[in-house]
Amino acid sequence: MRDVVVTGLGATTPLGGDVASTWQAALAGTSGARTLDNDWAATYEIPVSFAASLAVPAADVLPRPETKRMDPSAQYAIVATREAWAHAGAPEVEPERLGVVVSSGIGGIWTTLDAWDTMREKGARRVLPMTVPMLMPNSPAAYVELEVGARAGAHALVSACASGAEAIGYGLEMIRSGRADVVVAGGTEAAIHPMPIAAFAASRTLSTRNDDPAGASRPYDTARDGFVLGEGAGIVVLESAEHAAARGATVHARIAGVGLSADGYHMTSPEPSGRGQIAAMRAALQDAGVAPTDVHHVNAHATSTVVGDLIEARSIREVLGGDADHVRLSATKSMTGHLLGGAGALETIFTILALRERTAPPTINVTEPDPELVLDLVRDTPRGLPEGQIAAINNSFGFGGHNVALVVTT
Amino acid sequence: MAFSEQEILAGLAEIVSEETGLPTESVSQEKSFTDDLDIDSLSMMTIVTLAEEKFTVRIPDDEVKNLATVGDAVSFINSAQS
Repeated sequence: MRDVVVTGLGATTPLGGDVASTWQAALAGTSGARTLDNDWAATYEIPVSFAASLAVPAADVLPRPETKRMDPSAQYAIVATREAWAHAGAPEVEPERLGVVVSSGIGGIWTTLDAWDTMREKGARRVLPMTVPMLMPNSPAAYVELEVGARAGAHALVSACASGAEAIGYGLEMIRSGRADVVVAGGTEAAIHPMPIAAFAASRTLSTRNDDPAGASRPYDTARDGFVLGEGAGIVVLESAEHAAARGATVHARIAGVGLSADGYHMTSPEPSGRGQIAAMRAALQDAGVAPTDVHHVNAHATSTVVGDLIEARSIREVLGGDADHVRLSATKSMTGHLLGGAGALETIFTILALRERTAPPTINVTEPDPELVLDLVRDTPRGLPEGQIAAINNSFGFGGHNVALVVTT
Repeated sequence: MAFSEQEILAGLAEIVSEETGLPTESVSQEKSFTDDLDIDSLSMMTIVTLAEEKFTVRIPDDEVKNLATVGDAVSFINSAQS
């Protein structure tokens, strides 16, 4: 089976407009959550008045015609792709050997709702012709495909908050199966719009800590009360190890395995025993050929919900057994908020950087850890990871009971 | 209120510039939408939709194929103003 390595990273997030600034802000324990500078909460009586919006608006980076013909979800993907592609050294690859897998959990919701508003106010004739190419959930993947000129295939796997991780897992499989030598993979989301905020609030999954946005995302803290809606994109350039070696590319880490499962239990609640999460992590470790003893870091899905965080922690303990004792657990959503379809990709980037820099990023806002947490949580300041050949797991779970675990190795 | 030809050209140039990124000065009467301004059919329909709203006119689909140059569009919009 062909080894798959990571040769390029790109991101635009609530912490920074690129990977370097995002990582520095994460190591410093910065929150990306802010009170929204609009009156949505008052106008629509939404119980949540904050979110983790992009640190650098895409409109500040992209030319005006691009922002007009792309939904924000595609804009963020393009910003991250340009960084990742340049970071990888713009690899020379046959277009037929270049693939794309870019996911969004929600799709072009701004475009969809704007077009509906336009139609209701002004009639069908004012609906713009680019509406469908902008709102379709494969739009970010298609724009990335056009950006890099990929012809091996462009895919957009959708599994809610697991989408970004599933995209990277599928990219891994595209290279392993021989369909491509290089794959641009990741996830994106742009759903900070009053309707999705109201809808998530209606499902009682969002934190309502309006008086303290920066302290609202607090995975594993006893006072956690839901997730903070974030936005942004993370993109990685995956490459077969031979292809990367042949062109002398810098390798940042290896994507060693992916594990997938479905809970088959409930639309929104994680299955209480963690059976599906456990199955995904075990499958990923087996796929990677990695033993629990080699796992030293986990980037948890941990969204700061009362029920979800602990089920995942117990599942990690179940999978790793006594080896969980030497795992440094990080819940980076405490800083970034929850990027939904972008989360799994951004957190894979954090996992890659953690291994490369031998530094586990912190989890902020944990003033009183949940007494049922049975793992070593990295709190407030980064902590070192051991030298040598080590592995890490990045978990992503989505509404619908989708479970994705990725194993990354040095 | 009717727009003058000059106002129509200026307004159309703004729309085309937003759509293509070209400077408004480059959108002059003699320019061909396809050959000079590199506007594809989807972009052309976007420009038509925005122009209809801006100038409060109707540009029927059958008419769009006759609008080869910016000048053609200015003339049509001018004559279509009621």
